[in-house]
Amino acid sequence: IAGVLTWATLLKVSHGHCLLCFSCLVTLVFVSPLPQFIYIIPKPSSFRLRSLTSNHISNLSMDLRLPSKVLEHILSFVDSNEDRNSVSLVCKSWFETERRTRKRVFVRNCYAVTPEAVARRFPETRSLTLKGKPHFADYNLVPDGWGGYAWPWIEAMAAKCPSLEELRLKRMVVTDECLEKIAASFKDFKVLVLTSCEGFSTDGLAAIAVACRNLRELELRECIVEDIGGDWLSYFPETLTSLVSLDFSCLDSEVKLSDLERLLSRSPNLKSLKLNRAVSLDALGSLLRLAPQLVELGTGSFSDKLDQEAVAKLSQAFSELKELKSLSGLWDVLPEYIPLLYSVCPGLTSLNLSYATVQMSDLVELITGCSNLQKLWVMDLIEDKGLEVVASSCKELRELRVFPSGAEGLNDTNVAMTEQGLVSVSEGCPNLESVLYFCVQFTNAAMVTIARNRPNLTCFRLCVMEPFAPDHKTQQPLDEGFKAIVERCKDLQRLSVSGLLTDKAFEYIGTHGKKLRMLSIAFAGDSDLMLHHLLSGCESLNKLEIRDCPFGDTALLENAAKLETMRSLWMSSCCVSFGACKLLSPKMPKLNVEVIDEHPLETRPDSSPVERIYIYRTLAGPRLDMPEFVWTIQKNPEIGVSHLAIK
Amino acid sequence: MENVGVCDEFVNLKATELRLGLPGTEDGGEEERQKVSCCKSNKRAFPETEKDIESTGKTETASPPKAQIVGWPPVRSYRKNNIQTKKNESEGQGMYVKVSMDGAPYLRKIDLTVYKQYPELMKSLENMFKFSVGEYCEREGYKGSEFVPTYEDKDGDWMLVGDVPWEMFVSSCKRLRIMKGSEAKGLGCGV
Repeated sequence: IAGVLTWATLLKVSHGHCLLCFSCLVTLVFVSPLPQFIYIIPKPSSFRLRSLTSNHISNLSMDLRLPSKVLEHILSFVDSNEDRNSVSLVCKSWFETERRTRKRVFVRNCYAVTPEAVARRFPETRSLTLKGKPHFADYNLVPDGWGGYAWPWIEAMAAKCPSLEELRLKRMVVTDECLEKIAASFKDFKVLVLTSCEGFSTDGLAAIAVACRNLRELELRECIVEDIGGDWLSYFPETLTSLVSLDFSCLDSEVKLSDLERLLSRSPNLKSLKLNRAVSLDALGSLLRLAPQLVELGTGSFSDKLDQEAVAKLSQAFSELKELKSLSGLWDVLPEYIPLLYSVCPGLTSLNLSYATVQMSDLVELITGCSNLQKLWVMDLIEDKGLEVVASSCKELRELRVFPSGAEGLNDTNVAMTEQGLVSVSEGCPNLESVLYFCVQFTNAAMVTIARNRPNLTCFRLCVMEPFAPDHKTQQPLDEGFKAIVERCKDLQRLSVSGLLTDKAFEYIGTHGKKLRMLSIAFAGDSDLMLHHLLSGCESLNKLEIRDCPFGDTALLENAAKLETMRSLWMSSCCVSFGACKLLSPKMPKLNVEVIDEHPLETRPDSSPVERIYIYRTLAGPRLDMPEFVWTIQKNPEIGVSHLAIK
Repeated sequence: MENVGVCDEFVNLKATELRLGLPGTEDGGEEERQKVSCCKSNKRAFPETEKDIESTGKTETASPPKAQIVGWPPVRSYRKNNIQTKKNESEGQGMYVKVSMDGAPYLRKIDLTVYKQYPELMKSLENMFKFSVGEYCEREGYKGSEFVPTYEDKDGDWMLVGDVPWEMFVSSCKRLRIMKGSEAKGLGCGV
């Protein structure tokens, strides 16, 4: 035992001493009040509290009645919800103490549990994070009206958790009523972050602005907002001085410059400001002068014609931004204004040029100056040559995303982005761990090289835009390339595949992708084997989303048990039959099996293929807000017998 | 118990089944494959057209454009909408036309207003696509190269680049196509 305690925090409490260790060997040490015994519980095999179970404690035959005040105190040091989940499993009193002290709750599928259950269990929660629609909703694969409504959650939290301060929602339907309810119910509301949400208007924003006296963060990331215009920004009271982050980049209409200027003047703590396109370049100058302390800046439109004096002033304003680490926006940026940014480049760790339609030649000098860049988002206009510059200049790069400039598809591509660019970056940037890469062609050899260079990859999302595109040099499927990736990159957690792929590719992924948590597949594979390899091989698989692949019932039914260990499975335009869905449902009561079919056949024979199937594990049972086009066995068990017999 | 995987009437259609490999490639897992009978290929956006595309991945610009697939490439609607608007705006500023070349798997866009006369344009195209265009003469078109630059005009006709005065060309050109080989010969002589 001597030498085991490498690091400890000594907490003095009234009854005795508690030592809470997060060292490599000891999990928990505590001292009982009387007599003075020290119990050292050796950590079974991992660092985490999760391995502490009631068995461990009873094996040591101690008095389990650790005063709850003491446990509360210990738990105030425990942030990780994974650890807290383990603590709550030890015994009933630990469950009670933990639930009353949990401050942050993450519900990664809003239908996995009911809002009432969460609100009841964690009454003291300060922060709630929710995700609604499945990921493929981003690409219009989920019909409107499917679900993901924020209202029931806001209602439940308003009733039971009035101390809620932070709400972060992703892919959910948020109405103006929701925003008004938030404004009215949570007296100390501080943080609202909405990502890819829809359903609200600028009126709802005004409600938040006027009522939340201590608002710190208001961020609208890529939301679809009904822009009724108006002066929602002017509703922030003059007494509001607590603003730290403001992001309205997705709004269309203009905000009054004077309102914005006044807001900035009274927000000394403002660190992050992301303007919308309507804010002109001219206005940007005066705004930057009011907020030189900014760490994150999203500019508005970067294309007005400015006179020399205005340009000089703007250049000066940029050079005053001594703390700036992140730059985005830059819509419509004209090449002649890019030099304005040179002064901030050396300090940048994050640069988002993905809306800047600038050609490669205009980007080179900008990129060369960004020697500390860790995150780069850019369009394929950068071309392979531009990525070579990135490889030689941005040695700290961790994340690279290359988006297509022709968003409509292959016919629209303006640029030949090939495997060369990514290979260069994989060679030049030793810390590269996350890649999203849209291109027109790729080769197995390139993927082998990339895997060899960067075994530290944790996220690899490759999108060769032509479906079924083979290795463009050898005409072979891209199986061997992806094999190299999953074999070498042992910590790979997220993978998206594309191009021509046979079942073999998925055999490799199943064999080697042991840490893989999220996998996205489109237009690939030959048969049910593909799904079988994945479901039986990928131990850590949490989210699987598949579209347009030719497998179906067999693999799904054979691996049904696996589905309960995953958060969700999405399959669209595959060959899953209605009959299989009906079979799956009663087999697995802890899953919701949703068939999402906008054009079902009248009689729905068992052999008919379904358009989409979304399967997710849940404690909440079937949801009550399903639209017409969603079928579950609980909703319509009679379907398939006779359409006339229903209703 | 219901046998969901097999449906007898489809077994004999194996010979005509759609495969997603290239013609001639071996499929290693053949013997283990279980055909899922309910699979209706018409649900997918890529029926036989995929098999017609040559292994070079070439897109024939003269043939009908590929069917738009929902949600592909996987780009968020928000991003698509923003790029759209930009395109429309930029269209107003210059005279952007698409340029394609037979055999190249990608398109380019150029701004015609940047050039003052045909030779400049030709040089730029030659650099862009790495080819050379041969000599132009009024009567016989382009000689000395298998590449012929053509354009589609306002009326939808395909014309040889260089036949009309420059200003007329700039105002009527909708897009450019660098033809290759035999197709090009027809245009070279007849105009």
